[in-house]
Amino acid sequence: MPETITMEVWRYRPEHESEPTWDAYDVPLRKEWAVLDGLNHIKDQLDGTLSYRWSCRMGICGSCGMTVNGEPKLSCSTFLTDYAPGPVRVEPMRNFPVIRDLVVEMGDFMAKLPAVKPWLVSDDEPDEDTEYLQTPVEMDDYKRYSMCINCMLCYSACPVYALDPDFIGPAAIALAQRYNLDSRDAGAEDRRDVLASAEGVWACTFVGECSVVCPKDVDPAGAIQRYKLTAASKAVKDLLLPRGAR
Amino acid sequence: MSTGNAVGGEPPLYRPPVSLTWWLRNPSYLLFVLRELSCVFIAWFVVYLLMLVYAVSSGRAAYQEFLDLSANPLVVILNVIALAFVVLHAVTWFGLAPKAMVLRLGALRVPPTVILAAHYGAWLVVSAIVAWVILR
Ligand code: SF4
Ligand code: FES
Repeated sequence: MPETITMEVWRYRPEHESEPTWDAYDVPLRKEWAVLDGLNHIKDQLDGTLSYRWSCRMGICGSCGMTVNGEPKLSCSTFLTDYAPGPVRVEPMRNFPVIRDLVVEMGDFMAKLPAVKPWLVSDDEPDEDTEYLQTPVEMDDYKRYSMCINCMLCYSACPVYALDPDFIGPAAIALAQRYNLDSRDAGAEDRRDVLASAEGVWACTFVGECSVVCPKDVDPAGAIQRYKLTAASKAVKDLLLPRGAR
Repeated sequence: MSTGNAVGGEPPLYRPPVSLTWWLRNPSYLLFVLRELSCVFIAWFVVYLLMLVYAVSSGRAAYQEFLDLSANPLVVILNVIALAFVVLHAVTWFGLAPKAMVLRLGALRVPPTVILAAHYGAWLVVSAIVAWVILR
């Protein structure tokens, strides 16, 4: 194994340049080093001006998403040795405006998320002492969707989001389904207008890349397709059945 | 706090341009573009079918004209390409079905492969019926 690997890092410093540039750094190639460790080495030893986000270093916080050799990845869970002998190209996540270097602006997602009401909606004011029991089978229905860490890799992989920024997007829909499919939730009807709109599930044409890149196996593509069927059958019922029988 | 060229306000965001060849970057992007394109060929098949119906209803001469048109090599090539796109559309559509349909038998989830197989089975049955009606 060579001793070092070259990391080519995408740089954008708005006070210096209006167009991005590339900087190359040689970092030690160690078996246990992830791309994030390489970036930390650069920041600590070589160039303190490099900006990027990270926190947990263990695939939990969802803040270290980047484009590594063209693919959306969590940089803390992507190992340098897998790219040896290099170089490794590190870019900001695609489909987002860039604030600086590898730091993207995700205000768009933050603005869309509340629209799908990602919380438990209940019909009546819950009594403080009430326990909401749930069987393992019921939990199984939504558990997968609850694993989302809001890393945005799915948005960065989605060509529909790139072409139509109004698309609510994979994670927001998966999170809506996380609550829709929860036996304790009564908010499905509230979420329907947004989910069943042209910017909701119907914008998706099932490219499927969101589920491929998701580091938590949330399967947002599956969540979206499943809701398409729900939305379509609801619409048919609305058309055919009298109000009381829906 | 502001520095450099960003006088009084946030520094400008950089919006990377979408490259013209983005759809070549990944096979599934290419498939996505081809599937979007398939709608043109599906529309052509609808038009072609309507032309057939019209020709049949307007008598022998019109029908013969339709047959001659269909035998034109250009039309044959167009139809072969269109068929390929329609098959692509159908196959990817079926691939999506098990994702959309989550069926439960009691506590057990019907495996996706069974749902997929059922779709292809139904396709086969319908095709067999159509073939029987046409060829008998
Ligand atoms: S669905 Fe997966 S890829 Fe998308 S934000 Fe959540 S964890 Fe990240
Ligand atoms: S640093 Fe938290 S997910 Fe990578």
